[in-house]
Amino acid sequence: MREVISTGNELAAKAAVEAGARFFAGYPITPSSEVMHESSDLLPEVGGACIQMEDEIAGISAALGASMTGVKSFTATSGPGISLKSEQIGLGFIAEIPLVIINVMRGGPSTGLPTRVSQADIGQAQYPTHGDFASITLCAGSLTECYTETVRGFNLAEKYMTPVFVLLDETIGHMHGKAELPDLADIEASIVNRATFDGPASEYKPYKAPMNEPAVLNPMFKGYRYHVTGLHHGDEGFPTEDAFQCEYNIERLVGKINTVAAQNDGLDDLPDYEEYMLDDAEVCLIAYGSIGLGAYEAVQKLRAEGIKAGMFRPIMLWPSPAKKIAEIGAKFKDKIFVTELNMGQYSKEIERIIKRNDFTTLLKANGRPIAPAEMVAKVKEMM
Amino acid sequence: MAFNYDKYLRVNKMPTLWCWGCGDGVILKATIRAIEKMGWDMDQVCVVSGIGCSGRFSSYINCNTIHTTHGRTVAYATGVKLANPHVNVIVVAGDGDGLAIGGNHTIHGCRRNIDLNFILINNFIYGLTNSQTSPTTPRGMWTVSQKNGNIDPTFDACKLAIGAGASFVARESMLDPKKLEKILVKGFSHKGFSFFDIMSNCHINLGRKNKMANAMENLAWIDSITTPLKKWEALSEEEQMNVFPTGVLREVEQEEYCDMYAQIQSAAQGKRKAITQNDFAKKI
Repeated sequence: MREVISTGNELAAKAAVEAGARFFAGYPITPSSEVMHESSDLLPEVGGACIQMEDEIAGISAALGASMTGVKSFTATSGPGISLKSEQIGLGFIAEIPLVIINVMRGGPSTGLPTRVSQADIGQAQYPTHGDFASITLCAGSLTECYTETVRGFNLAEKYMTPVFVLLDETIGHMHGKAELPDLADIEASIVNRATFDGPASEYKPYKAPMNEPAVLNPMFKGYRYHVTGLHHGDEGFPTEDAFQCEYNIERLVGKINTVAAQNDGLDDLPDYEEYMLDDAEVCLIAYGSIGLGAYEAVQKLRAEGIKAGMFRPIMLWPSPAKKIAEIGAKFKDKIFVTELNMGQYSKEIERIIKRNDFTTLLKANGRPIAPAEMVAKVKEMM
Repeated sequence: MAFNYDKYLRVNKMPTLWCWGCGDGVILKATIRAIEKMGWDMDQVCVVSGIGCSGRFSSYINCNTIHTTHGRTVAYATGVKLANPHVNVIVVAGDGDGLAIGGNHTIHGCRRNIDLNFILINNFIYGLTNSQTSPTTPRGMWTVSQKNGNIDPTFDACKLAIGAGASFVARESMLDPKKLEKILVKGFSHKGFSFFDIMSNCHINLGRKNKMANAMENLAWIDSITTPLKKWEALSEEEQMNVFPTGVLREVEQEEYCDMYAQIQSAAQGKRKAITQNDFAKKI
């Protein structure tokens, strides 16, 4: 275990480099810029590159370009930047290009509240661009998780050959404090690199993948020549409009994430959620990101007042830990309290899974955090 | 002996999707001949293209190829090159791709002077999507998006590239493939951002609506609006207005971006001091 004093944004950059990233391209935007600042120090030190591009679109385009050649890459931005990057994210999905996209969330829509906290981009992370695909979205709930979930983001991106969102929010991105990080040797041992094809180049078909499995994209410039396109493509990567092929492509893009997550109860062996004092609880608070930090305190305060509270905190937002959420729905009935910094974007997911809307919510979208006292007062009302 | 294009083409992708008589094929052949002259190992070449007829260019060349989104070619190629400074990168985009939707990336690619070879296939129209006005469509021509005549001023792509700082800027048309090949070799050999404004025909979607319905008429028009730089300089100001100079318009030695970034890496690794203004002859 390593103890460091840092901020969420800087820890995300550190994690990226230690996870093997060697390329960053981005554009300054509050409150995520420190990810680029830190990367501009760390990447050249290890022989990588960090480039500030001319706009948000160029930022993700250059990062995707580098990743297409086989170099682990990332970009960082906030909501308006994701809106601008949207079309390129789609190319990442259809061409199956691994990329970590760090979104340090601020208030929206539009320019919104640039320096204030929000969690209103989680819907955008689920459907960031046009067309059909499935998104992987992780949400850091502590300084430590800014590091660990970023590492995990790279591993998932390489394993599933897809863009992955790592969501921070303004509070956690700018929070300065102590974080315990896994030892570097443990991180290095956990690193996942994209699969490669080792047979003769003449037999290489990068996009010939079985249903629910990702494409196998070899690093470029090593003798395996192929074509990458944002058009629908066949086994060899060349454009096609064949109806069967297009149908197969989309089913595979969605299935390689959603079907696999449902079948295996997640996409890796790491926790998709945290359960805090839930075993004997009579009421379940549901919170994520920096709001989870307040919810720990609310649970303790409620217990001090004799109300047995606990918390469920999702970390993998998309695909959501649906099995666990369904269990919580069955166990706690209407004694579920969902609190988030938006108008109910994850509450809707919970409603979708438990097929009821009899739970209580505390929602805020004014750029201010939710204080533990506010949560306590609202939970008391429902008990 | 006849030139063997097959070595460089994905022959199973032939024939191309381009219309009969399209200049894109001439430019593809000239590019291949220039690559052969350069002696490049095709495993170490990356061709990046955008959206439009020119977008298909990448899929026909047998190397590492990337067909990106509309306008973003230079940005994708910047990632490819900066992450792999040893490889040769060719960017292909159309006039709409490179000057309208992707204008910002063209500007900043030129400004960084990163070692990319940017072939702008300039056919003066959005050909693939049926004749909408492009930034280079001449004033007064008919387009589907300006049926009463185009009033938008015509963009001089080379002036943009020069102004933005590209260290090699050339213009040629596809009328003389030998000349085109020569100028491509010159630019490919140049270290830094090489910008080629290559004028080409689209008799189908520019010509048919503007009294040059066959390729030859379209080519004759391109011939009439281009002249070698030396001859152009001898023209009166009034005559120069309606003719584009061809040939190498700018060729200077300038710090290349990846070379400079290697210095950043050295500084970050403690092998040299941080870069300061003293490292540059031109500081502002």
